[in-house]
Amino acid sequence: MKTISRSRVAAVGALATGALFLAGCGAANEGGSSSGGAAESSVSGTISGAGASSQQAAMQAWIAGFTGANSGATVNYDPVGSGGGRTQFVQGGVAFAGSDAYLKDQQLADAKTRCGGNVIEVPNYVSPIAVVYNLQGVSNLNLSPAAVAGIFAGTITTWNDPAIAADNPGVALPATAITPVHRSDESGTTQNFTEYLKAAAPDAWSYDAKGEWPIQGGEAAQGTSGVIGAVQGGQGTIGYADASQAGQLGKANVKVGADYVGPTPEAAAKILEESERVAGQGDTSFAYKLNRTTDSAGTYPVVLVSYLLACPQYPDAAQADLTKAFLSYVISPEGQQAAAQAAGSAPLSDTLRSQITPVVDGIKAAG
Amino acid sequence: MTTTEVTPTPRTARPVTQLGDRVFAGSAKGAGILILVVLAGVAAFLLTEAFPALVAPASELPGEHNLAVYIWPLLFGTLLSALIALVIATPLAICVALFISHYAPRRIAQGLGYLVDLLAAVPSIVYGLWGVGVLAPASVGLMTWLNDYLGWIPLFAGPVSATGRTMLVAGLVLAVMILPIITAVAREVFLQAPRLHEEAALALGATRWEMIKMAVLPFGRSGLISGAMLGLGRALGETMAVAIVLSVSGVVTFNLVSSGNPSSIAANIALQFPEASGLGVNVLIASGLVLFLVTLAVNMLARYIVNRRSEFSGAN
Amino acid sequence: MSTGTERTDTVTQGPELDLPASPDLLPKAKGTLPKGTAWGVFVASALVVGGILAATGFSIGLWVVLTVVLFAVATYVLSRVVEGARKATDRLVTVVVSAAFGVAMIPLVSVLWTVVSNGIARFDAQFFTYSMRGVVGEGGGAYHAILGTLIITGLAAAMSIPIGMLTAVYLVEYGKGRLAKAITFFVDVMTGIPSIVAGLFAYALFALIVGPGVRMGFAGAVALTVLMIPIVVRSTEEMLKIVPNELREASYALGVPKWKTILKIVIPTTAGGIATGITLAIARVIGETAPLLIAVGITTGVNLNPFDDRMATLPVFAYYSYVAPGIPREPFLDRAWTAALVLMVIVMLLNIIARIISRAFAPKTR
Repeated sequence: MKTISRSRVAAVGALATGALFLAGCGAANEGGSSSGGAAESSVSGTISGAGASSQQAAMQAWIAGFTGANSGATVNYDPVGSGGGRTQFVQGGVAFAGSDAYLKDQQLADAKTRCGGNVIEVPNYVSPIAVVYNLQGVSNLNLSPAAVAGIFAGTITTWNDPAIAADNPGVALPATAITPVHRSDESGTTQNFTEYLKAAAPDAWSYDAKGEWPIQGGEAAQGTSGVIGAVQGGQGTIGYADASQAGQLGKANVKVGADYVGPTPEAAAKILEESERVAGQGDTSFAYKLNRTTDSAGTYPVVLVSYLLACPQYPDAAQADLTKAFLSYVISPEGQQAAAQAAGSAPLSDTLRSQITPVVDGIKAAG
Repeated sequence: MTTTEVTPTPRTARPVTQLGDRVFAGSAKGAGILILVVLAGVAAFLLTEAFPALVAPASELPGEHNLAVYIWPLLFGTLLSALIALVIATPLAICVALFISHYAPRRIAQGLGYLVDLLAAVPSIVYGLWGVGVLAPASVGLMTWLNDYLGWIPLFAGPVSATGRTMLVAGLVLAVMILPIITAVAREVFLQAPRLHEEAALALGATRWEMIKMAVLPFGRSGLISGAMLGLGRALGETMAVAIVLSVSGVVTFNLVSSGNPSSIAANIALQFPEASGLGVNVLIASGLVLFLVTLAVNMLARYIVNRRSEFSGAN
Repeated sequence: MSTGTERTDTVTQGPELDLPASPDLLPKAKGTLPKGTAWGVFVASALVVGGILAATGFSIGLWVVLTVVLFAVATYVLSRVVEGARKATDRLVTVVVSAAFGVAMIPLVSVLWTVVSNGIARFDAQFFTYSMRGVVGEGGGAYHAILGTLIITGLAAAMSIPIGMLTAVYLVEYGKGRLAKAITFFVDVMTGIPSIVAGLFAYALFALIVGPGVRMGFAGAVALTVLMIPIVVRSTEEMLKIVPNELREASYALGVPKWKTILKIVIPTTAGGIATGITLAIARVIGETAPLLIAVGITTGVNLNPFDDRMATLPVFAYYSYVAPGIPREPFLDRAWTAALVLMVIVMLLNIIARIISRAFAPKTR
């Protein structure tokens, strides 16, 4: 009796596994040409990119949109991190890379060697970093740069501190202790956040701008998801994370000039217009030194700008065509809109697009 | 079915070394040597990649510290979390294994054994998500209680973390992770204890516990240590679960219930590797080398203990 | 409530205190406690603790813990008085072992429940037939990741099981001398390789052979093999050691050559244990995330060739879905949990298969 039931179990198991394989080797949503007909697919093949995980959600949207229109093409993106992406790009392992910081020093030189000349460096993903908090009864919070710096440096420890109260007249702030949450992994978000604190509140923030949180102690969590989770999990907690992931959490308005500005994509997009291009990177590089201390109304200065790294020339014609087509789609209005929907990023301005489009269009096969 | 019946062809001579024997012995030996080769490869990789970090001046290293200063908190965190896990998991695992092998009714025991095996298969990232989403919030109360009543012990000095993502919880998550592994090994060993010894003990009037104490536990000691070491190995090297659960900030402390904790080596590699480049990668691999050496030391100790008491092994 | 407390108090304390005093109960001490006593004591303990807590402030956790403690103490005292010290210890150990089992089951069941309840939402046909190619936001599936995990883990198992088992056989049956000692030692060393280092090693190895930036399923399989071999060796070795020497000697005495003895007597005798060990080893590596992140990468479409380019795997798929979700977050997190659930189901099936195999080989002894 037992053996019968057991062999029946085995049969069911075998059937299940068999069915999985019998489903064919292609997934149900793959294979077959795009029946829309309108989209003509001119490029095919496979290219791979790697880099910043901040771009992952947007990249998924771009890849989906691009391969939807070009069914013969496959684009892979490994969100291994900016450092890993840059290293792989320099080594020639990937066709393009996403990076939360522009190339500097040795890596710029190495990248130029790889590309045999200039390196293409264009901002493709601009996203506001929100100061998120979880404090019962306070739905709208204003903070000056010095207050943000004081909170994260540990000098402001309760919510009813005069420094916070000064920014929020008429708001009943509780005496709850503040638990600041920072990233435990090295990240472009931390880099940009500490850069902002150092530039905007030099008196209250005496630490360096670093990708790794510069202060010992305190609550830390892995990745954007981790920070959001930790802020949600506690009471009186505050953290910094990609604004689109904040969900139900409160997002503080940051003082810019005389106003308090919230982390909206529109406000974040303006920062690039307020900033200067970094000199000496080459003609095809659009690296920006962000102007964190801007007092222009309606600009949100706590922003993460992520770049696409590529070469103007590729040894392989198919790779060059595919890279060009994909990058063109990424910076196109449709591409930026797709990212805004899927990842909550700020679409690039038309002025900027008109500057970088010729660079991307110039990608060609070497020789 | 054919294998169950052994019908040896009667021979007059003692077992001679046949061709088959030589082939079999040779391939067994070959497999062993292959392992040595693979390991030599890993060691060569670790050493070459760690070397630049070992010789680099302190000023170029992350944080501009000496390499030892960088790795020490990580090593401390690794050992502390693994120790908590082992101390909690081993006795529990032995009890669970005993319960399944000698206490639970046979029919239930099989199902339970199956459940435990299944839990060994839960991917570590799931334990991480569970730790952060379920265990950490649930243990804030316990940790507050520990801090209130046992706060005079440095371990529970506080201040208690508001989110519960503490060293104690990380240790608990690791304990839950390694519990199925130790249990699975212990259960197999207990089940293999000679039935004759057990029955003899019972026949002499021993209670069930006395029988277990006399016939089962001594027999299984080597297996138990081996299982515990497997578990410890996993706890020491666990990457994702610790990275997700623990609130790390480089503080060396025995305080288990606050939010400032040392990271562990493996978790630190996972956290810092994506953004690392150049010498930073070498430093991380150097820390991996240290973890490698620690696990080695732990295993040597276990082997030593097992070998001192190997008289219960059947094949020596 | 408070009256109830007092009543149950006296009920449990009564017999314990009265027993030694009443001489007509002493002869019974040589006998055993009546069958239902354990349950009676348990219920009484629960009521007592419940009553006390009701007066001071109730919490379920504390109630369960204190009930078990009181039950253990009461059982020990009662049994010691009635049945003597040896039986009492036995009963105490039974309670402790069972309680420990219960304690251990709480987190394990909680983990299972978390995975199942979160993962069931997307445990549908689409998840098993769709890849993520062209999918933004909701929908999509992990067909590509399921196949990737099966292929990579299959390759790793195909490499490490023979190597691991043969090594274990060598260590137990053949190995004497230096080489065996060295292998034993270095297998121990191997258990100490952190998973992420194994991934880095595999990546470096293939970067050396193929060129920088290489990503392929096979590299991941090699990384998993490095992690899996020591577990297979250790568990198999432990199981082979347990096989009584008498069996081997009996086989030799019948003139069976050593290799046949090992294949037909030694290994089948302990097949169940070996199969458990191997299943554990597979289970250990099938959920590995870190090495596959580095050596295999991720892709959105189906790739069945482990020697060419990136493949998706369930752990990596789940990890990235959790770490870098888009907006809204829910479909990403749902997919992550379902991927974890599928992973567990795969291991469950493997486990069943391993058990069937070991049954088929195991000699019918008991």
